[in-house]
Amino acid sequence: MNASHDDTLELYGETFASRFLLGTALYASPTVMQAAIRAADCEMVTLGLRRQNPASGDGDAFWQILRDSGCRLLPNTAGCRSAREAITLAEMSRELFDTPWIKLEVVGDDYNLQPDPFGLLEATRELIDQGFKVLPYCTDDLVLCQRLRDAGCQALMPWGSPIGTGLGLMNRYALQTLRQRLDVPLIIDAGLGAPSQAAEAMEMGFDGVLLNTAVARAHRPSLMAEAFADAIRAGRNAHLAGLMQQRQTASPSTPTIGQPFWHRDGG
Amino acid sequence: MTDICLRLNDEDTRLPAGTPLADALQAWHYADRRVAVAINGEFVPRTAYAGRILQDDDCIDIVAPVGGG
Repeated sequence: MNASHDDTLELYGETFASRFLLGTALYASPTVMQAAIRAADCEMVTLGLRRQNPASGDGDAFWQILRDSGCRLLPNTAGCRSAREAITLAEMSRELFDTPWIKLEVVGDDYNLQPDPFGLLEATRELIDQGFKVLPYCTDDLVLCQRLRDAGCQALMPWGSPIGTGLGLMNRYALQTLRQRLDVPLIIDAGLGAPSQAAEAMEMGFDGVLLNTAVARAHRPSLMAEAFADAIRAGRNAHLAGLMQQRQTASPSTPTIGQPFWHRDGG
Repeated sequence: MTDICLRLNDEDTRLPAGTPLADALQAWHYADRRVAVAINGEFVPRTAYAGRILQDDDCIDIVAPVGGG
């Protein structure tokens, strides 16, 4: 029996059967991206907005591919360095994609692309007031996440580690604390490089995983997307099943009563 | 008619004074494209294109969908 058949992800009152959100950047070709989206069996994909020469029809073609995928679109504000920039780009995304969903990013540092918590909170408050469904890409700072929730975010997306690093879950203590202290859906976003890391996040009780580079840069992106999808399902099922308590001393799993060749005198 | 100086996606350009944004998008071949527009960092909704008259030194950003993570 697979418990995950009846186990859905709720975000802003909407239901998703998949807990895997996939990015659409860095693929070798649109065909490779399409195949990866299919293999991931995801229901939400992220995308961005950039300046474009009118002679290029790439934006229209890209849009058509994603529309054909049937996935819900989650536009991002990647690269924005202030609340004002992020708010403007979110407004542009809402019109262009006809969606109130936004993956809100405000970059605070160019070296590790760490989110700016102050700009993020400011932009979140404004966009929530405007009726956006904000999914903020944030650090694993507990107080920041509490403030974002208090601002009206019905889900949060803390980083596992910096974007594109593949370092996995860098700060397990902070992430476990978030999980224990917050009752909104939490999606690990960024930094995951291996399916085992995604499985671990799900085992810890996180509600979903968003990633891009690990799939797009794999030698076989479709196969990697499938591997992540399997890992996310496995981790979720393990969390629902309940992991055993770890302990330091060994404990035999086979009954000791009736052990042959055993003698009371130790001989 | 005098021209005004504009920045279009961080490139210099010129148009006649009094040009509405809608006409500018036509002139720049964006009219039938899936794009969104901001002027001087502020979003301009599609419904405002016809009535928004471009001003000297306006900075116009025109964006289209791309892959993103």
